[in-house]
Amino acid sequence: MNTAFDVLKHIMVPDHQIMSDEEVKTLLSTYDISLEQLPKIYHDDPAVKAIGGRLGDVIRIIRDSPTAGRAESYRLVIKRPKK
Amino acid sequence: MNSDMERRIDEADLPFRTRADLKTSLAGREITEEQFDRILEMIFSEYQKTRIEPCEAVGIVAAQSIGEPGTQMTMRTFHYAGVAEINVTLGLPRLIEIMDARREPSTPTMAVYLLDDWAYNRDRAREVSWQIEAAPLHEFGDITIDMENMQVVVQLNKMVCDRRKIAVEDIIEIAPKKIRDRRHFRDFEAEGDARKAIITFTPKNRESYQNLFQLAEHVRHVIVQGIDDIERVVVRKEGGEYILYTEGSNLKGVFQVEGVDTTRTRSNNISEIADVLGIEAGRNAIIQEALSTLNEQGISVDVRHIMLVADMMCMDGEVKQIGRHGIAGEKESVLSRAAFEVTVNHLLDAAIASEVDELNGVIENVIVGQPIQLGTGDVKLIAKPLKLKNLGES
Repeated sequence: MNTAFDVLKHIMVPDHQIMSDEEVKTLLSTYDISLEQLPKIYHDDPAVKAIGGRLGDVIRIIRDSPTAGRAESYRLVIKRPKK
Repeated sequence: MNSDMERRIDEADLPFRTRADLKTSLAGREITEEQFDRILEMIFSEYQKTRIEPCEAVGIVAAQSIGEPGTQMTMRTFHYAGVAEINVTLGLPRLIEIMDARREPSTPTMAVYLLDDWAYNRDRAREVSWQIEAAPLHEFGDITIDMENMQVVVQLNKMVCDRRKIAVEDIIEIAPKKIRDRRHFRDFEAEGDARKAIITFTPKNRESYQNLFQLAEHVRHVIVQGIDDIERVVVRKEGGEYILYTEGSNLKGVFQVEGVDTTRTRSNNISEIADVLGIEAGRNAIIQEALSTLNEQGISVDVRHIMLVADMMCMDGEVKQIGRHGIAGEKESVLSRAAFEVTVNHLLDAAIASEVDELNGVIENVIVGQPIQLGTGDVKLIAKPLKLKNLGES
Protein backbone atom coordinates (compact mmCIF):
# COMPACT_ATOMS: atom_id res chain seq x y z
CA MET A 1 0.00 0.00 0.00
CA ASN A 2 1.07 3.49 -0.80
CA THR A 3 1.30 5.71 2.22
CA ALA A 4 3.05 8.62 0.52
CA PHE A 5 -0.15 10.42 -0.44
CA ASP A 6 0.08 14.05 0.61
CA VAL A 7 -2.62 16.46 -0.50
CA LEU A 8 -0.29 19.45 -0.45
CA LYS A 9 2.21 17.82 -2.81
CA HIS A 10 -0.32 17.40 -5.61
CA ILE A 11 0.34 19.74 -8.53
CA MET A 12 -3.22 21.02 -8.53
CA VAL A 13 -3.08 22.10 -4.90
CA PRO A 14 -1.51 25.55 -4.42
CA ASP A 15 0.45 26.56 -1.33
CA HIS A 16 -1.74 27.04 1.76
CA GLN A 17 -0.51 28.99 4.80
CA ILE A 18 -2.19 29.96 8.05
CA MET A 19 -1.95 33.72 8.60
CA SER A 20 -1.10 35.25 11.95
CA ASP A 21 -3.55 37.61 13.68
CA GLU A 22 -1.29 40.52 12.85
CA GLU A 23 -1.28 39.67 9.13
CA VAL A 24 -5.06 39.27 9.11
CA LYS A 25 -5.45 42.70 10.66
CA THR A 26 -3.32 44.40 8.01
CA LEU A 27 -5.08 42.43 5.26
CA LEU A 28 -8.51 43.55 6.39
CA SER A 29 -7.43 47.17 6.81
CA THR A 30 -5.71 47.38 3.38
CA TYR A 31 -8.85 46.21 1.60
CA ASP A 32 -11.18 47.85 4.15
CA ILE A 33 -13.34 44.75 4.53
CA SER A 34 -14.69 42.66 7.38
CA LEU A 35 -13.64 39.07 8.05
CA GLU A 36 -16.94 37.68 6.71
CA GLN A 37 -16.39 39.28 3.32
CA LEU A 38 -13.45 36.99 2.55
CA PRO A 39 -14.02 33.90 0.41
CA LYS A 40 -14.59 30.77 2.50
CA ILE A 41 -13.02 27.37 2.91
CA TYR A 42 -14.52 24.51 4.92
CA HIS A 43 -12.81 23.29 8.09
CA ASP A 44 -12.78 19.71 6.74
CA ASP A 45 -11.23 20.69 3.39
CA PRO A 46 -8.34 18.25 2.81
CA ALA A 47 -5.81 21.06 2.38
CA VAL A 48 -6.94 22.82 5.57
CA LYS A 49 -6.72 19.56 7.51
CA ALA A 50 -3.23 18.96 6.13
CA ILE A 51 -1.89 22.29 7.43
CA GLY A 52 -3.89 22.09 10.65
CA GLY A 53 -6.13 25.10 10.14
CA ARG A 54 -8.93 25.71 12.62
CA LEU A 55 -12.26 27.55 12.56
CA GLY A 56 -11.79 31.29 12.22
CA ASP A 57 -8.29 31.06 10.78
CA VAL A 58 -7.51 32.92 7.59
CA ILE A 59 -5.61 30.87 5.02
CA ARG A 60 -3.29 32.54 2.57
CA ILE A 61 -3.23 30.74 -0.76
CA ILE A 62 -0.39 31.35 -3.17
CA ARG A 63 -1.60 30.32 -6.59
CA ASP A 64 0.24 29.92 -9.86
CA SER A 65 -1.80 32.39 -11.84
CA PRO A 66 -1.93 32.05 -15.64
CA THR A 67 -1.90 35.86 -15.93
CA ALA A 68 0.12 37.31 -13.06
CA GLY A 69 2.49 34.37 -12.61
CA ARG A 70 1.79 34.27 -8.90
CA ALA A 71 -1.22 35.52 -7.03
CA GLU A 72 -2.22 35.59 -3.41
CA SER A 73 -5.72 34.82 -2.27
CA TYR A 74 -7.29 34.52 1.16
CA ARG A 75 -9.97 32.27 2.58
CA LEU A 76 -11.68 32.20 5.94
CA VAL A 77 -12.10 28.78 7.55
CA ILE A 78 -15.76 28.11 8.32
CA LYS A 79 -17.75 25.08 9.42
CA ARG A 80 -19.31 22.99 6.68
CA PRO A 81 -23.05 23.63 6.83
CA LYS A 82 -25.19 20.56 7.47
CA LYS A 83 -27.19 19.46 4.48
CA MET B 1 21.53 46.50 -14.16
CA ASN B 2 22.85 46.65 -10.61
CA SER B 3 21.58 45.11 -7.42
CA ASP B 4 19.90 48.33 -6.32
CA MET B 5 17.73 48.29 -9.43
CA GLU B 6 16.89 44.65 -8.84
CA ARG B 7 15.79 45.50 -5.34
CA ARG B 8 13.60 48.31 -6.64
CA ILE B 9 11.97 45.96 -9.13
CA ASP B 10 11.27 43.49 -6.35
CA GLU B 11 9.68 46.18 -4.23
CA ALA B 12 7.57 47.63 -7.04
CA ASP B 13 3.82 47.07 -6.84
CA LEU B 14 3.72 44.95 -9.99
CA PRO B 15 2.59 41.38 -10.68
CA PHE B 16 5.13 38.62 -10.20
CA ARG B 17 5.41 37.80 -13.88
CA THR B 18 5.87 41.42 -14.94
CA ARG B 19 8.71 41.77 -12.46
CA ALA B 20 10.33 38.54 -13.62
CA ASP B 21 10.02 39.56 -17.29
CA LEU B 22 11.51 42.95 -16.55
CA LYS B 23 14.44 41.40 -14.75
CA THR B 24 15.23 38.98 -17.58
CA SER B 25 15.00 41.67 -20.24
CA LEU B 26 17.22 44.04 -18.29
CA ALA B 27 19.73 41.41 -17.20
CA GLY B 28 23.24 42.12 -18.43
CA ARG B 29 22.37 45.49 -19.94
CA GLU B 30 24.08 48.73 -19.18
CA ILE B 31 21.49 51.27 -18.15
CA THR B 32 21.82 54.47 -16.24
CA GLU B 33 19.82 55.36 -13.18
CA GLU B 34 17.84 57.87 -15.25
CA GLN B 35 16.92 55.34 -17.91
CA PHE B 36 15.87 52.88 -15.25
CA ASP B 37 13.56 55.41 -13.62
CA ARG B 38 11.96 56.09 -16.97
CA ILE B 39 11.51 52.37 -17.73
CA LEU B 40 9.94 51.70 -14.37
CA GLU B 41 7.66 54.67 -14.74
CA MET B 42 6.45 53.56 -18.17
CA ILE B 43 5.88 50.00 -17.05
CA PHE B 44 3.88 51.30 -14.17
CA SER B 45 1.63 53.42 -16.33
CA GLU B 46 1.19 50.57 -18.83
CA TYR B 47 0.27 48.23 -15.99
CA GLN B 48 -2.25 50.70 -14.63
CA LYS B 49 -3.89 50.81 -18.06
CA THR B 50 -4.29 47.02 -18.19
CA ARG B 51 -6.01 46.87 -14.83
CA ILE B 52 -9.76 46.56 -14.60
CA GLU B 53 -11.23 49.65 -13.01
CA PRO B 54 -13.37 49.40 -9.90
CA CYS B 55 -17.09 49.00 -10.66
CA GLU B 56 -16.43 47.54 -14.11
CA ALA B 57 -19.09 44.93 -14.92
CA VAL B 58 -16.66 42.03 -15.32
CA GLY B 59 -19.37 39.40 -14.92
CA ILE B 60 -21.28 40.56 -17.97
CA VAL B 61 -18.07 40.83 -19.98
CA ALA B 62 -17.12 37.28 -18.96
CA ALA B 63 -20.59 35.95 -19.79
CA GLN B 64 -20.47 37.49 -23.25
CA SER B 65 -16.90 36.40 -23.86
CA ILE B 66 -17.65 32.77 -23.07
CA GLY B 67 -21.17 32.77 -24.48
CA GLU B 68 -20.48 34.09 -27.97
CA PRO B 69 -17.70 31.62 -28.88
CA GLY B 70 -19.84 28.96 -27.21
CA THR B 71 -22.43 29.31 -29.97
CA GLN B 72 -19.84 28.04 -32.40
CA MET B 73 -19.13 24.88 -30.48
CA THR B 74 -20.29 21.53 -31.69
CA MET B 75 -23.63 20.64 -30.19
CA ARG B 76 -22.91 16.97 -29.92
CA THR B 77 -19.51 15.40 -29.97
CA PHE B 78 -18.59 11.90 -29.02
CA HIS B 79 -14.91 12.09 -29.50
CA TYR B 80 -12.25 9.59 -28.85
CA ALA B 81 -10.13 12.44 -27.58
CA GLY B 82 -6.89 11.35 -29.20
CA VAL B 83 -6.46 8.87 -26.37
CA ALA B 84 -6.81 5.27 -27.52
CA GLU B 85 -10.46 4.19 -27.54
CA ILE B 86 -11.43 6.10 -24.42
CA ASN B 87 -14.66 7.95 -24.96
CA VAL B 88 -14.74 11.46 -23.52
CA THR B 89 -17.56 13.99 -23.70
CA LEU B 90 -16.31 17.16 -25.33
CA GLY B 91 -17.64 20.37 -26.78
CA LEU B 92 -20.74 22.11 -25.55
CA PRO B 93 -22.13 19.23 -23.45
CA ARG B 94 -18.87 19.09 -21.50
CA LEU B 95 -18.80 22.86 -20.97
CA ILE B 96 -22.37 22.77 -19.65
CA GLU B 97 -21.38 19.87 -17.39
CA ILE B 98 -18.52 21.90 -15.90
CA MET B 99 -20.66 24.99 -15.30
CA ASP B 100 -23.47 22.90 -13.79
CA ALA B 101 -21.04 21.37 -11.28
CA ARG B 102 -22.47 17.87 -11.70
CA ARG B 103 -21.54 15.34 -9.05
CA GLU B 104 -20.50 12.92 -11.75
CA PRO B 105 -19.53 13.76 -15.35
CA SER B 106 -21.17 11.67 -18.07
CA THR B 107 -17.81 10.17 -19.01
CA PRO B 108 -15.50 10.16 -15.99
CA THR B 109 -11.87 9.48 -16.89
CA MET B 110 -8.53 9.65 -15.16
CA ALA B 111 -4.96 10.11 -16.27
CA VAL B 112 -2.89 8.02 -13.87
CA TYR B 113 0.78 8.93 -13.78
CA LEU B 114 3.31 6.45 -12.42
CA LEU B 115 6.34 6.78 -10.20
CA ASP B 116 9.78 6.54 -11.82
CA ASP B 117 10.23 2.84 -11.01
CA TRP B 118 7.05 1.96 -12.92
CA ALA B 119 6.73 4.68 -15.53
CA TYR B 120 9.50 3.53 -17.88
CA ASN B 121 8.80 -0.19 -18.02
CA ARG B 122 5.84 -1.49 -19.99
CA ASP B 123 5.42 -4.65 -17.96
CA ARG B 124 5.52 -2.85 -14.65
CA ALA B 125 3.05 -0.24 -15.92
CA ARG B 126 0.78 -3.10 -16.95
CA GLU B 127 1.06 -4.54 -13.42
CA VAL B 128 -0.23 -1.28 -11.97
CA SER B 129 -3.06 -1.25 -14.48
CA TRP B 130 -4.21 -4.67 -13.23
CA GLN B 131 -4.39 -3.30 -9.72
CA ILE B 132 -6.66 -0.54 -11.00
CA GLU B 133 -8.84 -2.10 -13.69
CA ALA B 134 -11.94 -3.78 -12.30
CA ALA B 135 -11.74 -7.47 -13.27
CA PRO B 136 -14.79 -9.72 -12.82
CA LEU B 137 -14.37 -13.30 -11.66
CA HIS B 138 -15.18 -14.86 -15.06
CA GLU B 139 -11.88 -13.51 -16.41
CA PHE B 140 -9.97 -15.71 -13.99
CA GLY B 141 -11.46 -19.09 -14.83
CA ASP B 142 -14.40 -21.16 -16.01
CA ILE B 143 -17.76 -20.90 -14.30
CA THR B 144 -20.14 -23.83 -14.60
CA ILE B 145 -23.60 -24.37 -13.20
CA ASP B 146 -23.97 -27.83 -11.74
CA MET B 147 -27.71 -28.45 -12.00
CA GLU B 148 -27.56 -31.88 -10.43
CA ASN B 149 -25.98 -30.73 -7.16
CA MET B 150 -27.45 -27.23 -7.33
CA GLN B 151 -24.05 -25.57 -7.26
CA VAL B 152 -22.04 -22.96 -9.10
CA VAL B 153 -18.48 -24.18 -9.62
CA VAL B 154 -15.59 -21.90 -10.45
CA GLN B 155 -12.45 -23.51 -11.79
CA LEU B 156 -9.74 -20.87 -11.52
CA ASN B 157 -7.05 -20.69 -14.14
CA LYS B 158 -3.74 -20.59 -12.27
CA MET B 159 -1.84 -19.21 -15.25
CA VAL B 160 -4.13 -16.21 -15.51
CA CYS B 161 -3.89 -15.65 -11.75
CA ASP B 162 -0.09 -15.75 -11.87
CA ARG B 163 0.04 -13.42 -14.82
CA ARG B 164 -2.25 -10.93 -13.15
CA LYS B 165 -0.37 -11.21 -9.84
CA ILE B 166 -3.19 -12.34 -7.63
CA ALA B 167 -3.06 -15.40 -5.38
CA VAL B 168 -5.74 -18.09 -5.67
CA GLU B 169 -6.27 -17.84 -1.89
CA ASP B 170 -7.04 -14.14 -2.25
CA ILE B 171 -9.71 -14.78 -4.85
CA ILE B 172 -11.28 -17.49 -2.70
CA GLU B 173 -11.43 -15.04 0.16
CA ILE B 174 -12.48 -11.92 -1.75
CA ALA B 175 -15.14 -13.29 -4.11
CA PRO B 176 -17.81 -14.39 -1.56
CA LYS B 177 -17.18 -11.33 0.59
CA LYS B 178 -17.61 -8.97 -2.36
CA ILE B 179 -20.80 -10.66 -3.49
CA ARG B 180 -22.23 -10.07 -0.03
CA ASP B 181 -20.95 -6.53 0.51
CA ARG B 182 -20.95 -5.01 -2.94
CA ARG B 183 -23.69 -6.87 -4.77
CA HIS B 184 -25.93 -7.29 -1.70
CA PHE B 185 -26.69 -10.94 -2.35
CA ARG B 186 -26.42 -13.05 0.76
CA ASP B 187 -28.42 -16.26 0.29
CA PHE B 188 -25.53 -18.58 -0.45
CA GLU B 189 -22.59 -20.41 1.04
CA ALA B 190 -19.13 -20.61 -0.47
CA GLU B 191 -16.32 -23.09 -0.10
CA GLY B 192 -12.86 -22.81 -1.58
CA ASP B 193 -10.15 -25.31 -2.30
CA ALA B 194 -6.87 -23.50 -2.82
CA ARG B 195 -4.94 -26.58 -3.93
CA LYS B 196 -7.35 -27.47 -6.72
CA ALA B 197 -8.19 -23.79 -7.30
CA ILE B 198 -11.91 -24.46 -7.15
CA ILE B 199 -14.62 -22.38 -5.48
CA THR B 200 -18.10 -23.83 -5.05
CA PHE B 201 -21.10 -21.61 -4.35
CA THR B 202 -24.24 -23.22 -2.95
CA PRO B 203 -27.52 -21.28 -2.70
CA LYS B 204 -29.43 -21.54 0.56
CA ASN B 205 -32.64 -22.19 -1.31
CA ARG B 206 -31.86 -25.49 -3.05
CA GLU B 207 -35.28 -25.86 -4.65
CA SER B 208 -35.29 -22.92 -7.02
CA TYR B 209 -33.45 -22.92 -10.34
CA GLN B 210 -34.09 -19.21 -10.66
CA ASN B 211 -32.14 -18.64 -7.49
CA LEU B 212 -29.28 -20.76 -8.79
CA PHE B 213 -29.03 -18.80 -12.03
CA GLN B 214 -29.21 -15.56 -10.11
CA LEU B 215 -26.28 -16.69 -7.98
CA ALA B 216 -24.32 -17.69 -11.09
CA GLU B 217 -24.85 -14.21 -12.51
CA HIS B 218 -23.47 -12.62 -9.34
CA VAL B 219 -20.50 -14.99 -9.30
CA ARG B 220 -19.69 -14.22 -12.92
CA HIS B 221 -19.64 -10.46 -12.48
CA VAL B 222 -18.18 -9.98 -9.01
CA ILE B 223 -15.11 -7.74 -9.11
CA VAL B 224 -12.20 -9.62 -7.54
CA GLN B 225 -9.29 -7.43 -8.58
CA GLY B 226 -8.96 -3.70 -9.16
CA ILE B 227 -11.12 -0.72 -8.23
CA ASP B 228 -14.86 -1.13 -8.74
CA ASP B 229 -15.56 2.18 -10.48
CA ILE B 230 -12.82 1.83 -13.07
CA GLU B 231 -14.11 -0.16 -15.99
CA ARG B 232 -11.20 0.03 -18.36
CA VAL B 233 -7.54 1.00 -18.36
CA VAL B 234 -5.46 1.85 -21.40
CA VAL B 235 -1.67 2.04 -21.15
CA ARG B 236 -0.12 4.66 -23.38
CA LYS B 237 3.40 5.91 -23.89
CA GLU B 238 3.72 9.65 -23.85
CA GLY B 239 6.99 11.55 -23.85
CA GLY B 240 8.96 8.46 -22.87
CA GLU B 241 6.86 7.45 -19.87
CA TYR B 242 3.83 5.20 -19.61
CA ILE B 243 0.57 6.77 -18.52
CA LEU B 244 -2.63 4.93 -17.68
CA TYR B 245 -5.89 6.35 -19.01
CA THR B 246 -8.99 5.02 -17.34
CA GLU B 247 -12.69 4.89 -18.02
CA GLY B 248 -14.36 5.64 -14.72
CA SER B 249 -12.87 7.63 -11.89
CA ASN B 250 -11.94 6.98 -8.28
CA LEU B 251 -9.12 9.24 -7.11
CA LYS B 252 -9.05 7.96 -3.55
CA GLY B 253 -8.88 4.34 -4.63
CA VAL B 254 -6.17 4.92 -7.21
CA PHE B 255 -4.02 6.89 -4.75
CA GLN B 256 -3.85 3.74 -2.61
CA VAL B 257 -2.32 1.65 -5.38
CA GLU B 258 1.40 1.05 -5.30
CA GLY B 259 3.35 2.73 -8.08
CA VAL B 260 0.89 5.57 -8.69
CA ASP B 261 2.33 9.07 -8.65
CA THR B 262 0.02 10.82 -6.20
CA THR B 263 1.33 14.25 -7.15
CA ARG B 264 0.31 14.24 -10.82
CA THR B 265 -2.57 11.80 -11.20
CA ARG B 266 -5.76 13.60 -12.13
CA SER B 267 -9.41 13.04 -12.86
CA ASN B 268 -11.95 14.95 -14.95
CA ASN B 269 -14.50 14.72 -12.16
CA ILE B 270 -14.33 18.21 -10.66
CA SER B 271 -16.40 17.57 -7.55
CA GLU B 272 -14.33 14.49 -6.78
CA ILE B 273 -11.16 16.59 -7.02
CA ALA B 274 -12.71 19.18 -4.71
CA ASP B 275 -13.58 16.44 -2.22
CA VAL B 276 -10.22 14.65 -2.25
CA LEU B 277 -7.77 17.51 -2.86
CA GLY B 278 -9.65 20.53 -1.57
CA ILE B 279 -11.52 23.50 -2.96
CA GLU B 280 -8.43 25.21 -4.39
CA ALA B 281 -7.62 22.13 -6.47
CA GLY B 282 -11.27 22.16 -7.55
CA ARG B 283 -10.88 25.73 -8.73
CA ASN B 284 -7.80 24.78 -10.72
CA ALA B 285 -9.65 21.81 -12.18
CA ILE B 286 -12.53 24.01 -13.36
CA ILE B 287 -10.12 26.42 -15.06
CA GLN B 288 -8.11 23.67 -16.72
CA GLU B 289 -11.11 21.60 -17.83
CA ALA B 290 -13.05 24.57 -19.21
CA LEU B 291 -10.00 25.95 -20.99
CA SER B 292 -9.04 22.64 -22.55
CA THR B 293 -12.64 21.99 -23.65
CA LEU B 294 -12.74 25.38 -25.38
CA ASN B 295 -9.27 25.10 -26.88
CA GLU B 296 -9.94 21.61 -28.19
CA GLN B 297 -12.73 23.13 -30.28
CA GLY B 298 -10.37 25.81 -31.58
CA ILE B 299 -11.98 28.54 -29.53
CA SER B 300 -9.76 30.93 -27.64
CA VAL B 301 -11.30 32.58 -24.62
CA ASP B 302 -9.15 34.66 -22.31
CA VAL B 303 -8.35 32.78 -19.09
CA ARG B 304 -9.42 35.71 -16.98
CA HIS B 305 -13.07 35.16 -17.86
CA ILE B 306 -12.84 31.51 -16.92
CA MET B 307 -10.90 32.33 -13.76
CA LEU B 308 -13.68 34.68 -12.74
CA VAL B 309 -16.29 31.98 -13.26
CA ALA B 310 -14.19 29.45 -11.34
CA ASP B 311 -13.65 31.95 -8.51
CA MET B 312 -17.38 32.55 -8.22
CA MET B 313 -18.14 28.84 -8.24
CA CYS B 314 -15.62 28.10 -5.46
CA MET B 315 -16.26 31.21 -3.36
CA ASP B 316 -18.09 29.56 -0.46
CA GLY B 317 -15.85 26.56 0.11
CA GLU B 318 -17.59 24.08 -2.15
CA VAL B 319 -18.17 23.87 -5.89
CA LYS B 320 -21.44 25.57 -6.69
CA GLN B 321 -23.13 25.55 -10.06
CA ILE B 322 -23.79 28.71 -12.04
CA GLY B 323 -27.53 28.15 -12.38
CA ARG B 324 -30.52 28.56 -10.15
CA HIS B 325 -29.33 26.04 -7.53
CA GLY B 326 -26.06 27.93 -7.15
CA ILE B 327 -24.76 31.40 -7.84
CA ALA B 328 -27.83 32.82 -9.62
CA GLY B 329 -30.19 31.37 -7.01
CA GLU B 330 -28.32 32.77 -4.01
CA LYS B 331 -28.25 36.40 -5.06
CA GLU B 332 -29.33 38.99 -2.55
CA SER B 333 -31.77 40.80 -4.81
CA VAL B 334 -35.28 39.40 -5.37
CA LEU B 335 -35.72 40.97 -8.81
CA SER B 336 -32.34 39.70 -9.92
CA ARG B 337 -33.26 36.13 -8.99
CA ALA B 338 -36.71 36.48 -10.53
CA ALA B 339 -35.16 37.73 -13.77
CA PHE B 340 -33.19 34.49 -14.16
CA GLU B 341 -35.47 31.48 -13.84
CA VAL B 342 -38.73 30.43 -12.13
CA THR B 343 -39.88 34.06 -11.87
CA VAL B 344 -43.22 33.54 -10.19
CA ASN B 345 -41.90 31.31 -7.40
CA HIS B 346 -39.25 33.84 -6.45
CA LEU B 347 -41.66 36.77 -6.40
CA LEU B 348 -44.21 34.78 -4.41
CA ASP B 349 -41.68 33.60 -1.82
CA ALA B 350 -40.24 37.10 -1.53
CA ALA B 351 -43.72 38.54 -0.97
CA ILE B 352 -44.48 36.00 1.75
CA ALA B 353 -41.16 36.71 3.49
CA SER B 354 -41.62 40.45 2.87
CA GLU B 355 -38.18 40.82 1.33
CA VAL B 356 -36.76 44.20 0.39
CA ASP B 357 -34.86 44.89 -2.82
CA GLU B 358 -32.22 47.59 -2.50
CA LEU B 359 -32.01 48.06 -6.29
CA ASN B 360 -28.22 48.01 -6.26
CA GLY B 361 -27.62 45.71 -9.21
CA VAL B 362 -27.94 46.13 -12.95
CA ILE B 363 -30.93 43.95 -13.76
CA GLU B 364 -33.08 45.31 -10.94
CA ASN B 365 -32.67 48.83 -12.23
CA VAL B 366 -33.43 47.77 -15.79
CA ILE B 367 -36.65 46.18 -14.53
CA VAL B 368 -37.83 49.28 -12.67
CA GLY B 369 -36.65 51.60 -15.45
CA GLN B 370 -33.89 53.48 -13.69
CA PRO B 371 -30.38 54.22 -15.01
CA ILE B 372 -28.05 51.34 -14.12
CA GLN B 373 -25.10 51.98 -11.85
CA LEU B 374 -22.49 51.52 -14.54
CA GLY B 375 -20.68 53.76 -16.99
CA THR B 376 -22.51 57.06 -17.49
CA GLY B 377 -25.28 55.87 -15.17
CA ASP B 378 -22.77 55.68 -12.34
CA VAL B 379 -21.71 59.32 -12.53
CA LYS B 380 -23.29 61.60 -9.99
CA LEU B 381 -22.44 65.27 -9.70
CA ILE B 382 -21.45 66.42 -6.29
CA ALA B 383 -21.25 70.15 -5.78
CA LYS B 384 -19.50 71.50 -2.74
CA PRO B 385 -21.35 74.66 -1.68
CA LEU B 386 -18.25 76.20 -0.09
CA LYS B 387 -16.22 76.16 -3.30
CA LEU B 388 -19.18 77.64 -5.23
CA LYS B 389 -19.37 80.56 -2.85
CA ASN B 390 -15.67 81.26 -3.35
CA LEU B 391 -16.16 81.16 -7.11
CA GLY B 392 -18.91 83.78 -6.92
CA GLU B 393 -16.83 86.20 -4.92
CA SER B 394 -13.82 86.28 -7.20
